[in-house]
Amino acid sequence: MSQVPLSHVLFLSTALFFIGMYGLFTRRNMITMLMSVELILNSVNINFIAFNKYLYPEKLEGVFFTLFIIAIAAAEAAVAIAIIINLYRNFHSIDVEDADEMKF
Amino acid sequence: MSVSAVIFYILSFFILVTGLLAVTSRKIFRSAIWLLFSLTGIAGLYFWLQMEFIAAVQIVVYVGGIVVLIIFSIFLTQQSGKDLPAPVRVRSIFSVLAVCTGFVLTCLLVRGYAFGQAGHVAGGGAGPDASVGNIGAQLLSTSEHGYVLPFEVISILLLAAMIGCIVIAIKTKPENK
Repeated sequence: MSQVPLSHVLFLSTALFFIGMYGLFTRRNMITMLMSVELILNSVNINFIAFNKYLYPEKLEGVFFTLFIIAIAAAEAAVAIAIIINLYRNFHSIDVEDADEMKF
Repeated sequence: MSVSAVIFYILSFFILVTGLLAVTSRKIFRSAIWLLFSLTGIAGLYFWLQMEFIAAVQIVVYVGGIVVLIIFSIFLTQQSGKDLPAPVRVRSIFSVLAVCTGFVLTCLLVRGYAFGQAGHVAGGGAGPDASVGNIGAQLLSTSEHGYVLPFEVISILLLAAMIGCIVIAIKTKPENK
């Protein structure tokens, strides 16, 4: 682990973040946009773990932040999928361009 | 270059390639499967960083939970054999431009910043710290660096998310419509 500098781990997480951004920009399907958001959250987790491990190996703060981010990501994915299913029931499509009407 | 560094570069190549395929694949089901490979690669990266508990949580929650949920919702809402429509050409060109600009800018910033010159980097003595026992003890401790309050807040959040999902996705009766 010590042979790889911290900046290379950060390059990896930056690349993953911008791959997720690219998906968020180009995709118009809600489920694929949700997948892009998951990639972005994972790149943030890699950052937290890498900082924890390289810079402050005697502490555990990065681990806790990663755990909380994972829990919030799980809750967010569940709520997003409930919204997507409800939207599909109303519009018969989950394209974001089609959902242009606010309706309960 | 040592074996450890080679493993890191192979893992990062795997993560990036499968992530890129996950956001560019035209079949939505294949896209979900590529996302699964990418998340598994990230779990491997956590193993490489000797964070076994986080790697286990990553596999259980992401690979076992979220990807399965995404695949379920694909089957509920899509004809998974059909191709997704291609993105508009102008939009994808400008997305590539924006993403490359951001990537290069962030990489320059990271390269210009001197991380851990104070000698933290050597950090060999991290052996017993990230064990499950330590994580659990600090997560539930009420002393100064304890995390019991965020832990309880997260549990309330999960309960609220569960109830919210049921309320949002519940089927209304046809006579109400």
